[in-house]
Amino acid sequence: MKILVCISKVPDTTSKITFKDGDTKFKTDNIQFIVNPYDEWYALVRALELKEAAGGSVSIIHVGPAENDPIIRKALAIGADNAFRINAEAKDAYYTAFQIAAHAREEAYDLILVGKETIDFNGSAIGGMLAQMLEMPFESMCSNLQIDDNKLTVEREIEGGKEISEINLPCVVSAKKDLAEQRIPNMRGIMAARTKPLQVLEAQDCEALTHIEKFERLPEKGACKYIDAEHPEELLNLLHNEAKVI
Amino acid sequence: MAIDQFQGVDYFLIDELLSDEHKLIRNSVRDWVKKEVSPIIEECAQKAVFPEQIIPGLAGMGAFGTFIPEVYGCPGLDQISYGLIMQELERCDSGIRSTASVQGSLAMFPIYTFGSEEQRKKYLPKMASGEWMGCFGLTEPNHGSDPGGMETHFEDQGDYVLLNGAKMWISNAPFARVAIVWAKDENGIIRGLIVERGMEGFSTPEMHGKWSLRASATGELIFNNVKVPKENILPNVKGLKGPLSCLSSARYGIAWGAIGAAMDCYDTALRYTRERKQFGKAIAAFQLSQKKLAEMLTEITKAQLLTWRLGVLKNEQKATPAQISMAKRNNVEMALNCARNARQLLGAMGIMGDYPIMRHMMNLESVITYEGTHEIHLLITGKDITGLNAFV
Ligand SMILES: Cc1cc2nc3c(=O)[nH]c(=O)nc-3n(C[C@H](O)[C@H](O)[C@H](O)COP(=O)(O)OP(=O)(O)OC[C@H]3O[C@@H](n4cnc5c(N)ncnc54)[C@H](O)[C@@H]3O)c2cc1C
Repeated sequence: MKILVCISKVPDTTSKITFKDGDTKFKTDNIQFIVNPYDEWYALVRALELKEAAGGSVSIIHVGPAENDPIIRKALAIGADNAFRINAEAKDAYYTAFQIAAHAREEAYDLILVGKETIDFNGSAIGGMLAQMLEMPFESMCSNLQIDDNKLTVEREIEGGKEISEINLPCVVSAKKDLAEQRIPNMRGIMAARTKPLQVLEAQDCEALTHIEKFERLPEKGACKYIDAEHPEELLNLLHNEAKVI
Repeated sequence: MAIDQFQGVDYFLIDELLSDEHKLIRNSVRDWVKKEVSPIIEECAQKAVFPEQIIPGLAGMGAFGTFIPEVYGCPGLDQISYGLIMQELERCDSGIRSTASVQGSLAMFPIYTFGSEEQRKKYLPKMASGEWMGCFGLTEPNHGSDPGGMETHFEDQGDYVLLNGAKMWISNAPFARVAIVWAKDENGIIRGLIVERGMEGFSTPEMHGKWSLRASATGELIFNNVKVPKENILPNVKGLKGPLSCLSSARYGIAWGAIGAAMDCYDTALRYTRERKQFGKAIAAFQLSQKKLAEMLTEITKAQLLTWRLGVLKNEQKATPAQISMAKRNNVEMALNCARNARQLLGAMGIMGDYPIMRHMMNLESVITYEGTHEIHLLITGKDITGLNAFV
């Protein structure tokens, strides 16, 4: 089984997010970057488990500049066999999916795994776009994935229960929590990652379909007003005259 | 204990002085510690037990013989990686770092540096994997700061030597499979011996009742006519230089480790004082609290720079024992001061096991004494700069 896992780079969850250039760009100074947890903890680890159980290979792909290599090395340290980096800024979801699809067409992967979303832009778009471009079936937000006789069974949580479906390979699956359990790279893995192949590929011509107009922060939370439980009429008064919502 | 929310402390962007691999190593050990050790450490310390179940994990994280070459089954990493691993372990608990320091710098290092090729091949791979744990016997009941006066001795009996004496305060002794023991021969020359559990006349009673390093096991080594085969003597060192060079390696790791404990105290105090309100505002808003926090961060930053530089010198094999003494002495005292200030900032909460501060503070009382006391390190610096010996 030949598996491709798409990984992206995101700010650490504890980062203070600020913007620059008139709120059109994310300010990356002093930000710690990590591998997107949905890609690392669930997609990559499940791919490694499948390989460990049935053989095959796990490759990773990342669209981004050379300064992002540390996240690729980390994925290799966790256990991926080799990596591809498309040498370009990931301009938008379409652009990124286009680049990955161009590579995937050449390599004939059996399974392509992505995280359900990145924890910064929360777009959830790459998996679906990739499946469309490669004309493969797509299952989103899977929390369980099994392979038997070349048949893939996936589980998704849906309103009030679960949906279990079977899809044919090759396909694209996006990973959600519970698909696997985080693995921390050990020293052997970190040392092995030094010599694993990281191939840099030039980007294909492609226009981004979207661009960011502006970022806006959530308004600061207003102060909380307490109203005496004995005087509910005061609540009505404030909602009507001050907040003007009723 | 509450969830470990620790975030690294890097006010002067010292991360930029580290390689990508250093950062990956540091962050991986930090993640591992948060997952495997932080949730159990408080209970271990309260109950005074060493968590033996984490030994394979420590080995996986490269904590045993970090800088010894790969041909001996060790990670073969550089000195900064070693320092960062010690920092992350001690960030959680000095006792866990102690176990790793003893294994790597005090037991494996002498076998690697002074041992024969057979000894290296026999012991190092099993010690790197944690299958065999080691300890280091130098201190005796009557000889601490002055180990040269040791009484433990051995006599040549042909194929073997007969070892007699006792060591005290020995970390890892209660469970160690291998003990590196420093003892005098008939001519009063100090030699290193590899003593193995199971040799007749060798016992390792545990010392109980510590108020410090409670999650690390400490014991005695008692030798009662122990027959040690001659091939267990470290062939390539004679005299105090042997144990002292092991101590240099371990002290270097302690210099990094102490920063870990200090960062944990600072991080805990910063988070707590921003949340805790008195007189209608966060206690972090009071000038007296800010003085403590600002001074802690200043001292941590100075120690980080000193220690990073020491690491570079050590990688270039230029670090002197006196430089290592200065860093160990400075950083451990700095960490102890951070712990005391952090404890003060948390008020009554500071004495509780819900927070790591009191545990760090008590642990550091051992760290400031072992591997050369605070006073002895000062005398080493004094001697180095004046050329005059003030020990005796
Ligand atoms: C938890 C723990 C674990 C340990 N683990 C190990 C281990 O694994 N292996 C091992 O060999 N040892 C170990 N030790 C022992 C440790 O290294 C010694 O305790 C240390 O060297 C000090 O010796 P001492 O306790 O006998 O104190 P002493 O040497 O009696 O010193 C007492 C006081 O006198 C001061 N002093 C002594 N000489 C001078 C001088 N010339 N000038 C000025 N002041 C002086 C000291 O600084 C100290 O303040 C451990 C100790 C502890 C607490």
